[in-house]
Amino acid sequence: MNVTLFIPCFVDTCFPQVGMHMVRILERLGHRVTCPEAVACCGQPAFNSGYWDEARIVADKTLHHLRDAEAVVIASGSCGAMLKVFYPQLYAGRPEEAAAQRLSEHTWEFSDFLVSKLGVTDLGARFPGKVTFHDGCHGLRELGIKSGPRKLLEKVRDLELIEMGDAETCCGFGGTFAAKFPMISTAMGEVKCASAADTGAEYMVSNDSSCLMHLQGLLSRQGKPLKTLHLAQILDSQ
Amino acid sequence: MNAQERILARIREALKVSAPKPGSHGHGGHGRDVAPAPVFAFQGRPVQVARSWLPPGGSTPQEHLTRFAAASAELKTDFRCVESEAEAHAQLRQIADAEGWARVASHHSPLTDAATTALARPTLFTDGGYVPDDLEVCDVGITTCDVLVAQTGSLVVNSRTSGGRALSVLPPHHVVLARKDQLLGDLTDAFQRIEQLHGTHWPSMISLVTGPSRTGDIERILVLGAHGPKKLTVLMW
Amino acid sequence: MSNAAQQFLEAAGTITRNLRHRGLIQTALRKYEVARDRKKSAFNDWSAARQSAAETKWDAINHLDTYLTEFTSKIEARGTKVHWCPTGPEARDTIRGIIKDAKAKCVVKSKAMTAEEIHLNEALEKDGFEVVESDLGEFIVQLRKEPPYHIVFPAMHLTRDEISDLFERELGSAPTREPEELTMIARRALRKKYIQADVGITGANFAIAETGMVSITENEGNARLTSALPRIMVTLLGIEKILPKLEDLALFLPLLATAGSGQTVTGYNTLYGGPRQPGESDGPIEWHVVLLDNRRTELLADPEQRDALHCIRCGACLNVCPIFRNVGGHTYGTTYSGPVGSVITPHLRGVQEWKHLSNASSLCGACTEACPVKIDLHHHLLQNRRNAVGDSPSWIERLAWRAHAFAVNTPALYQFGQEVARIVEPLRLRLQGTPLDPVKSWTRTRDLPPVAPESFKEWWRNRR
Repeated sequence: MNVTLFIPCFVDTCFPQVGMHMVRILERLGHRVTCPEAVACCGQPAFNSGYWDEARIVADKTLHHLRDAEAVVIASGSCGAMLKVFYPQLYAGRPEEAAAQRLSEHTWEFSDFLVSKLGVTDLGARFPGKVTFHDGCHGLRELGIKSGPRKLLEKVRDLELIEMGDAETCCGFGGTFAAKFPMISTAMGEVKCASAADTGAEYMVSNDSSCLMHLQGLLSRQGKPLKTLHLAQILDSQ
Repeated sequence: MNAQERILARIREALKVSAPKPGSHGHGGHGRDVAPAPVFAFQGRPVQVARSWLPPGGSTPQEHLTRFAAASAELKTDFRCVESEAEAHAQLRQIADAEGWARVASHHSPLTDAATTALARPTLFTDGGYVPDDLEVCDVGITTCDVLVAQTGSLVVNSRTSGGRALSVLPPHHVVLARKDQLLGDLTDAFQRIEQLHGTHWPSMISLVTGPSRTGDIERILVLGAHGPKKLTVLMW
Repeated sequence: MSNAAQQFLEAAGTITRNLRHRGLIQTALRKYEVARDRKKSAFNDWSAARQSAAETKWDAINHLDTYLTEFTSKIEARGTKVHWCPTGPEARDTIRGIIKDAKAKCVVKSKAMTAEEIHLNEALEKDGFEVVESDLGEFIVQLRKEPPYHIVFPAMHLTRDEISDLFERELGSAPTREPEELTMIARRALRKKYIQADVGITGANFAIAETGMVSITENEGNARLTSALPRIMVTLLGIEKILPKLEDLALFLPLLATAGSGQTVTGYNTLYGGPRQPGESDGPIEWHVVLLDNRRTELLADPEQRDALHCIRCGACLNVCPIFRNVGGHTYGTTYSGPVGSVITPHLRGVQEWKHLSNASSLCGACTEACPVKIDLHHHLLQNRRNAVGDSPSWIERLAWRAHAFAVNTPALYQFGQEVARIVEPLRLRLQGTPLDPVKSWTRTRDLPPVAPESFKEWWRNRR
């Protein structure tokens, strides 16, 4: 397949390795990967703040560059939800509605692409370690992603997956929420980190880099030993 | 325009634009708690369909009894299923002695008249009216019921044929005298039976009672007898 | 920023710093979750039950005029007096009038969130009436002179010791650590009130159109007592409480109990169809049913959010909301807290004053998932944000988003921005923690990830 990667700005700037791992995994599976330079943002920050006109300024560009893609794959459940679930709402009743609908149907979050679209769960990966998985809310509740990442992790050799009690509880990032309501955001993150630590896992893994950015930020500040990783990093390990 | 007309006018105006039907906002994606496609049969939906999603109540009288007994145990309802009215009276006397009932409250009906006679204690009958302070000093309220529900461990009393509104809830112990054939499977059955019994002449109050009075308002810890009866006993034969 | 928003931020700051308080709430709500999961799994098909309930409420709300009319005529036929009140003040005045005409002195009350909504107690107390809350949780917060903490569990934020101290102070009772003894203290205090009260005021959970009855759900029996002995009874309910048919209760009673408190059904679910009828031995001589609009018709007029009126006030969304769990019920500063409160309060009390509640959410969607009638709660929060902007945009924020859009849409500018971020990072780290820190709302409690030496797109370009 021709896979078009959507790399959001924070992955591009702070977590480029996540994108690199995705490229390697997809190419190993025999697909042609492209990444349009001009696409940097899905428009979710403005959208979530209620500024839908301004969100469309960004989304127009993204929609334009991705409209004919065979498959758009995204490393983040929240950006994935924006394209898949919210673009059709953002463009409802507008001339771009059909294009947004088509894009929605051709967009997948990364783990969902592997498991649901490609039917692949074993990537030949090996990652010795105790791991717990955090379900990013957008991926979980907007895109229905729950079993996919676990099926993938199951096939990783030497990896021990321990579920935490609060796997499905929001980590507290929530986009601009993290900056507008930092004390609530932090409190939620603390609850999450404590739940992860209770499992005895060495790594907290997620399919959403924005969650990980927030959680790692808390863990580093508090000097906690728990480390965070994106799912793609584990799946590309040998 | 009076207030009623004003509000109704606002409602009609608002409803000129239709709202999307439930299930059509399609949240939850694939794989998670996927709801069936909207059924959209409103009233007149067959009872069987409704049962298919509610907690089960059992399908035979024996199953009903088992289910009711299990529910009662969980609720801390003292459920005693005996062979005869005489045995029920014997049990009632036992409880009266154990708890030291000085005054009993009840209402007139074939079952309660026989039971209160068998108890032979000073009895306040609420029929035709009573003084609340007199009811307050009674140790027990003995009533019949309309129907019992296996699915939930409930029973139904009403303000006309169960001795009024307060008899079954003011005294600290509520005893219910019931016949086996009053025990039905589930709430759907119960509401149908209630409509059969009262549909032409509704009592002002009908109460579905499920266990003794309870509260969890203090640290979510269960305490029985918050305001209503601390004890609920069902004698069935 | 509105006053309410300012208060919200301050209260949220206080509670999030209070680990003991947060721990108490988490523990209580985890107990609820365990009970709820057990009862949910007892359903043959919980998912289908929710769908059916959603459809039933859609029918009820989208034919509200028909059902309200049917309900009213049937309940009036049994001697009930129905009062239609377009606003909160009108409802308050109606009830005050009823109580004055009754020459009442003492009023006993069972749980009614609509009464909180219209601030009924304060008005009655100002008139000189004694109003006693009979629900144990409400009784406790009334003594503490604070609003209920949660629409179903009013006193969940208090420990037994705090309650014991309160009873000792206000009732002169002996201190005790036993919940049972504390409950008995309240029971004894209320006994006389039930018998002496002239007026009983209740709320209602459902209004059945088919038979002209209200249905009251409770565990303690206090509503049953409130409606048994006083000679005048008043029931206050929102117009959206309508259910079309009696048999709908076979679905809604277990749904409400399961989602609301993790029970199969609650202890008492009682139908009231009229005042004392001929041949009955007790019950109120007069029964007044007060139907409250108070801007519900405005919410009705918003087809996108009309389903918020399907709410059965179970509290499930509060219980699962991670924001609620960490800031608690009082922080919201309004009658209806949690997700549903955040959705409806701007409609009921003003968009600009209350939009902050819709912003104070990570939009995680746990509420929507938990709602037994499938209200699209978290998407409504998003719509509220859009509506608030449409109503009164902040020009600064608009400009900021336009600048952001320009930056991300212009590759040269975007890359330049990344370069700048890389270069100033050491300086930013030096400023971290000082008043000059440009991102201090993040860095007060968290580190920011380092800017990578090579961005993904740079790596990608170099690969070619």
